Amino acid sequence: MPSSLFSAFHLLAQVEIRDPNDPSTSCVAENKPFCFSWAADNFDRYTTPLVEHLVLVVVSVVLGFLIAFAMAVVSHRRGWLVPTFTGATGVLYTIPSLAFFILLLPITGRGTDTAVIALTAYTLQIIYRNIVAGLANVPEASKDAGLGMGMSGRQLLWQVELPLAVPEIVAGLRIATVSTVAIASLAVFAGAGGLGDPIYSQLTFKTNIVIAGGLMVLMAVTFELLLLILQALLTPWLRARGADESGRGHFADLFRRTAT
Amino acid sequence: VSSLPLGIAVLDSFGDACDFILNPQTSRFSTDKVGGPDQAFDLTVTHLKVTFLALGAALLIALPIGLVLGHYRKGEMLAISAGNAWRAVPELALIAFFLAFVGTGLLNLTIALLVLGVPPILTNSYVGVRQVDRAAVEGARGMGMTDAEIITKIELPLAVPTIMSGVRTAGINIIATATIGPLVGVLTLGDFILSRNVYGDEGVLAGAILVALLAVLLELGLAGVQRLLTPRGLKLARETAAA
Repeated sequence: MPSSLFSAFHLLAQVEIRDPNDPSTSCVAENKPFCFSWAADNFDRYTTPLVEHLVLVVVSVVLGFLIAFAMAVVSHRRGWLVPTFTGATGVLYTIPSLAFFILLLPITGRGTDTAVIALTAYTLQIIYRNIVAGLANVPEASKDAGLGMGMSGRQLLWQVELPLAVPEIVAGLRIATVSTVAIASLAVFAGAGGLGDPIYSQLTFKTNIVIAGGLMVLMAVTFELLLLILQALLTPWLRARGADESGRGHFADLFRRTAT
Repeated sequence: VSSLPLGIAVLDSFGDACDFILNPQTSRFSTDKVGGPDQAFDLTVTHLKVTFLALGAALLIALPIGLVLGHYRKGEMLAISAGNAWRAVPELALIAFFLAFVGTGLLNLTIALLVLGVPPILTNSYVGVRQVDRAAVEGARGMGMTDAEIITKIELPLAVPTIMSGVRTAGINIIATATIGPLVGVLTLGDFILSRNVYGDEGVLAGAILVALLAVLLELGLAGVQRLLTPRGLKLARETAAA
């Protein structure tokens, strides 16, 4: 049996000894599904893990986006690079996250760096694939119009193709962010804390699991909503076309994202 | 730990890990022998067993639902949102939830891993069937095939590539998450990683190496299965399109 189980029981026992008459501790001692008063009294112990988790996710997704974006720009006019990049990021994605963290430990040591490297590596495939798909879906007519206006290849990319690819790019960012929130639960094994830390240190304590797991789901939902708003802000022309069509566009997006 | 240059220290660690896999060591906290090919093999077998149990069960549940929903073009929201929502499930929280609320053992771990396997297979079989050429389906109907025949003889074979990519995603996630199986009492390869006090740093690293290898092998194996199952007509069509 893993030692963490013992430490969880040990901690529960301590709580009970401290004040057996307090109703909140008896709830904890019985390990009921959720102890409100314990949660209210002890919520501050989740602040640090929450902030750590947030930092891990934001740093990894931003780094992953920058790298994937650079890869997409490089491979855009060099089609033969696309399978190479897709394959390389795919191999990274295949390695289980826990193993990835551990494999990095001898090289980068325990800590946030290690977790960020692994989490960044995981975001690459999703973001890269979506940017490439977005660029591929730009209508030929729009590109012709840009060329007809005398745009250079670079102008065409930055002023026509990338703006039109925003829905797919943001869709990729959304999936990458939501997955990173989930995978970062294992960053505790890289010594990088996060919300996996309270879970792993008290694995059998139900209230703890509900709070830490709930915070992760809440974080994922919040990111999803923020990125949807960002997408709407970046694509004013979709809104102008009316709710019906943008709704359809959004759905077509979902299809493209899931049919791999 | 040591004053060795980083490169040498890294090689040293990985060398120790390989040694741990090849030769049983004396545990630091008891006189027991740990590691070595026998134990690595046992843990690998358990790891694969729980992976295939969960993947097979996920396939049995998700494939029929996805095929039928896709054939009748119903439940689009369910099929698609399932495919996105599962990415938000934190592995550690999922396993901890099963440990705290449901219980330990092989069955419980299998059910927990199912949760990760069902959504990608469901979504991809739905999308795969929806993408089948309508002309092929209408042709089959014109030949007098029933709905059940159309699903099994026309739509399922033509949707194989998409379905298998869902199975591969499910497989990767299940085999990755099976690593924390020891938390619910199933000794998978993750035991090397999670029980550092028994196996030491070299055991932890050895576990990570084996898990990574196993995942890559599973991915390659499933890619091979996909190639075998893809109808020859689809391959030919693709080659013609590429040429």
